[in-house]
Amino acid sequence: MLKIELNKLNDLFAKISSSTDLILPVTVAGETNFAKYEDGAEVNLSVQTVKSAKDSFFPQAEDLMKFKTEGKKIDIIDVREKVESFVLFGVRACDYRSFEILDRVFLVDPIDTYYKAKREKGVIVTLACSRPEESCFCSAFGIDATNPLGDVTTYIADGFLYWNANTDKGNALTDAVKDLFAQADSNDEAKIDEQKKNTKEILSKLPYANVDLSGFTPDKLNELFNDAKWEELSEACLGCGSCTFVCPTCQCYDIKDFKTNDGVKRFRCWDSCMYADFTKMAHGNSRNFQLQRFRQRFMHKLVYYPSNNEGIYSCVGCGRCVKKCPISMNIAKVIKTIGGKNND
Amino acid sequence: MQRIENLMKAKAIELLENGTVNRVLGWTAGDFYYDNTPAIFNSKEEIEKSFVYNSFCGANLSKYLVKERKNEGKILVFLKPCDTYSFNQLVKEHRVNKDNIYIVGIECQGHLSIEAIKAKGIDGVVGLEENGEEVTVKSIYGDKTVVRGEVMLEKCLSCKSKKHVAYDELIIVNEMPEADSMKRFSKVAELEAMTADERFAFWKSELSKCIRCNACRNVCPACTCTKCVFDNPESGVDAKANADKFEEKLFHIIRSFHVTGRCTDCGECSRVCPQNIPLHLINRKYIKDINEFYGEYQAGADTESKAPLTAFTTSDIEPGSNLKEGK
Ligand code: SF4
Ligand code: SF4
Ligand code: SF4
Ligand code: SF4
Repeated sequence: MLKIELNKLNDLFAKISSSTDLILPVTVAGETNFAKYEDGAEVNLSVQTVKSAKDSFFPQAEDLMKFKTEGKKIDIIDVREKVESFVLFGVRACDYRSFEILDRVFLVDPIDTYYKAKREKGVIVTLACSRPEESCFCSAFGIDATNPLGDVTTYIADGFLYWNANTDKGNALTDAVKDLFAQADSNDEAKIDEQKKNTKEILSKLPYANVDLSGFTPDKLNELFNDAKWEELSEACLGCGSCTFVCPTCQCYDIKDFKTNDGVKRFRCWDSCMYADFTKMAHGNSRNFQLQRFRQRFMHKLVYYPSNNEGIYSCVGCGRCVKKCPISMNIAKVIKTIGGKNND
Repeated sequence: MQRIENLMKAKAIELLENGTVNRVLGWTAGDFYYDNTPAIFNSKEEIEKSFVYNSFCGANLSKYLVKERKNEGKILVFLKPCDTYSFNQLVKEHRVNKDNIYIVGIECQGHLSIEAIKAKGIDGVVGLEENGEEVTVKSIYGDKTVVRGEVMLEKCLSCKSKKHVAYDELIIVNEMPEADSMKRFSKVAELEAMTADERFAFWKSELSKCIRCNACRNVCPACTCTKCVFDNPESGVDAKANADKFEEKLFHIIRSFHVTGRCTDCGECSRVCPQNIPLHLINRKYIKDINEFYGEYQAGADTESKAPLTAFTTSDIEPGSNLKEGK
């Protein structure tokens, strides 16, 4: 394990960004989100980002192709640029798990080549949590916030950032920045172990840490779908997209054509199942009420996705929707209301 | 606070039981004290179980009445002073059916913002205790006490009025602090004093945070179009995302123009924005301009008056004349 003093982190960021793009939590106008490192950027590693880290692989808007028309002739133009390798730094355990969840959607047949290209070129440096928030419930999904994976795992303790490479990609990145680091010793490791122990203690006591998910099983699909409680749960929902757009695992997108001067640009952008036009088709809409849209978001994460993916839920308990919903309705409250017997 | 809540509960139960109303629109308690959710209560039991009124009931319930219009019978709604302006504006625009609504105006000492509490560096908040001017925040990292006035919602810090402009009856126990409606415009004046480039830079850095989640639009009591232009593929401006770095300005310019003269400055848009964009400043600029160009006007103050932008008079300011004066 290597270590670097926290006040030298900017040297590290400058060094990494001199050869590749470096994406990390940056504060702009008071809010922290993943953004490209630039000289003078206000890096903030101590708060959870508003949006998740998924933009790096699945950006909110992305061009797919262009069509150029000349008379009756249509040319299809590939607009993909060669994806260069980049470093995604400061990813928490919940967001890291979300990549695995997205992989099971975008990297299965038919493979999404746009996503795949970025996923292959990204080097992920994770950061262990030491100060969880009350809205966190990653542990309910079996995620260890104190020990995230990734190409490199980092820990912040006692004025230092500790660095541990886990993969070939991680080793290659380490080689490029090694001279900024010192070797950590067994004292340091003891410090990190101590921190992990304390953090785990806090994690286990968080209000939503022990929400009971056992009620969400594929065989109860109809029963859950028809649960009368959806009505009161969805009653106040504004049908905005806040919960879906801050969520690391929401994966739905819309494809749209945009008319340009000499043809058509086709792009995709995040969509939200909470929106009224989400399932609009030629014949009409299969979800006409907010109750149906609201139910979809949670049924997808807690029932449909797991039934196609060996029981893995597509929520990582990051708590972003808990923090950001304008009317304070969220997946934790849904789980508590209809999820299992042990929820009070 | 507890006393007001008890009075509200008793009133709700009384009106349900004597048949004046068949349902109640209020707030239901959450898990952390600060996460209350708007809710409809149908019975005494439901009210006794989870009805809540504490300092985290900033959500304006007026807009829910648009949806409730379709349901049978009379509904009881609890409205804070500012919420009654939104209500009046909805009546004026024929979006709610006044005859089927029973309003109980409630005391408001200003509501609090969990984001403001967290901005003070207090995290891990699992509960709060209110004690007059003090709020004790219970945190997994140790309790802290803060002064109410420092952690209020922006809309409450710059409250425009403590007067209920629509109600059937009132529940007010303690005196409410005087509101100074002019205080709202101080930040607008600061922006006006900037050069155009500085102002552009300010808005660019703020609006570039926008994730187009539509929370601001969907919460807005002035945004009640059945189909918003931004959702309508026929409109040519429909969009779910910003195609380039600063396209969101289009969304915000169009939306704010559309609510100009109808926006009551309820402050909900800024309260709900996940990126804490100070959207109220856009609306307040227009309100300030309307005041200066056409004489003072407060949307929602009544249900009959003609709004300056929809009523032409020969004394109206000439379009563009303000620009000539270099304003
Ligand atoms: S549903 Fe909520 S808690 Fe779960 S991953 Fe998405 S934002 Fe996080
Ligand atoms: S649950 Fe909350 S954040 Fe999600 S759409 Fe409804 S109101 Fe918006
Ligand atoms: S624009 Fe904002 S302040 Fe104005 S009425 Fe709508 S939500 Fe309220
Ligand atoms: S609520 Fe905020 S982030 Fe969402 S669309 Fe409105 S301004 Fe943008």
